Amino acid sequence: MFYNKALDSFLEEAGDISRFTAKFFREFLKPRYEFSEFLRQCFYIGYKSFGLVAVTAFIMGLVITIQSRPTLVEFGAEAWLPKMVSISLIREIAPVITALICAGKIGSGIGAELGSMRVTEQIDAMEVSGTNPFKFLVVTRVTACITMVPILAVLAIAVSLYGAYLGCNIHGVVSWKLFWNQVFETNTFSDVVPAVTKTFFFGLDIGIIGCFKGYFSKKGTEGVGRSANSAVVISSLLIFVLDLVAVQIADLLGFT
Amino acid sequence: MSEKPILEIKNLYKWFGENHVLTDFSLDLHKGESIAVLGKSGSGKSVLIKCVIGLMQPDKGSINVFDLNVPDLNDQELDKIRVRIGFLFQSNALYDSMTVRENLEFPLRRHWLDTKKQSVDELVMEALENVGLKETVDMMPSELSGGMRKRISIARTLILKPDIILYDEPTTGLDPITGKEISRLMVDVQKKYNTSSLIISHDLNCVNIAADKVVMLIEGRNYAEGTLEELKKIDDKKVKQFFE
Ligand SMILES: Nc1ncnc2c1ncn2[C@@H]1O[C@H](COP(=O)(O)OP(=O)(O)OP(=O)(O)O)[C@@H](O)[C@H]1O
Ligand SMILES: [Mg+2]
Repeated sequence: MFYNKALDSFLEEAGDISRFTAKFFREFLKPRYEFSEFLRQCFYIGYKSFGLVAVTAFIMGLVITIQSRPTLVEFGAEAWLPKMVSISLIREIAPVITALICAGKIGSGIGAELGSMRVTEQIDAMEVSGTNPFKFLVVTRVTACITMVPILAVLAIAVSLYGAYLGCNIHGVVSWKLFWNQVFETNTFSDVVPAVTKTFFFGLDIGIIGCFKGYFSKKGTEGVGRSANSAVVISSLLIFVLDLVAVQIADLLGFT
Repeated sequence: MSEKPILEIKNLYKWFGENHVLTDFSLDLHKGESIAVLGKSGSGKSVLIKCVIGLMQPDKGSINVFDLNVPDLNDQELDKIRVRIGFLFQSNALYDSMTVRENLEFPLRRHWLDTKKQSVDELVMEALENVGLKETVDMMPSELSGGMRKRISIARTLILKPDIILYDEPTTGLDPITGKEISRLMVDVQKKYNTSSLIISHDLNCVNIAADKVVMLIEGRNYAEGTLEELKKIDDKKVKQFFE
């Protein structure tokens, strides 16, 4: 009745991704853990993205502080600047920026890497030599994303707050101590927990989508490019959707 | 030969939608024997050996290896027979993020626990010596030439000392001299480890050097078989094409 080809393929892909995710959890629990490969991936992800995440977070902290200042000055609430800025940085901006950067950098990397391994039959070669390629390639990468994205997000929060501190000091003078005092006064445990919790899901999203797109890459170099590209697009979009869901859940649970 | 073949393909069918690639293909491979499957590009040679190793599922027919029917096996059982079957990919399929050493160690991983580091090193070196490329052990695949990559790929196939080796076009893309060297290498390997091999090829030189018997894969089936000399005498247009 309401048959629509685009909707159909969308649902089909959503189903495939869910099945892929379920397979990830199943394989994750099965023994023969590829621990050294997991560590290698963690190192790789952290090493590859830390610089970019730090620079972006720093600039975000700085810029948002500078931008927010005039409005607060208008209300005579300039003293609230650290409080206000730190809330938005911790709860929203730093985690989401980190996830988006990781989606662009790690997600596309995984998509392209697995895609070219699929195309050049390296994944088949693993299977033939008796190593489960899903476990060796997908499980390690996804768990590494789940581990590293939250760590990077925490680092991003710290760096962006430092940026905010410098931003506060461009016009007025806010001492180091006063700044952190204000930050920790407003941001309590119930602000940090949901902010960090959602980054685990961002990590899962980035890893799963990157691996899914690469693992089932179409033949040819074009297929590899498309895998990398759609890995970024879909996982970025999903980050916002997950963010929206996370806000609602945090709200329901009373983390406000 | 009266003894039971170690690889027996019977009435194999495989099609992709409307594209009927294999239709009623049969073949027997005995211990120590080396058979070449000759067929033109796109005739389904790669599909055939991918079915043998369980990377593709045939639509009909049986593939008996060591008395097990491959299409019926589950993952664990497949893993067990795969250890005894070497597979040389048409594209080499070397892991390009790993060094040559790591590439060769990869098939040994599943035996990691019961092989000592030292004997792993010995196995790697032995395999590299067989293909005459000991000095490349710490290089990356991207630093090697096409012929060297093919040799490394053969070394990786050999490292578990398989009973059967499936070669997918071992000499395509190589110059005639290197192609001959690779073919001789295949013969040496076969003699040294008494393996059986199934060689997919359309390179007559290679077939001439490395195979005892030739099977023509035409129209998805075993169109003719015999030694190269016997086939050359057959008066059939489709067979003759190959020898012009
Ligand atoms: N995964 C697949 N999906 C659909 N069709 C396929 C697939 N793999 C192979 N085919 C089709 O099967 C046929 C045989 O392909 P195959 O790769 O076996 O050829 P080949 O004999 O190995 O040729 P070449 O000498 O060029 O390697 C081709 O027509 C190809 O289009
Ligand atoms: Mg082929």
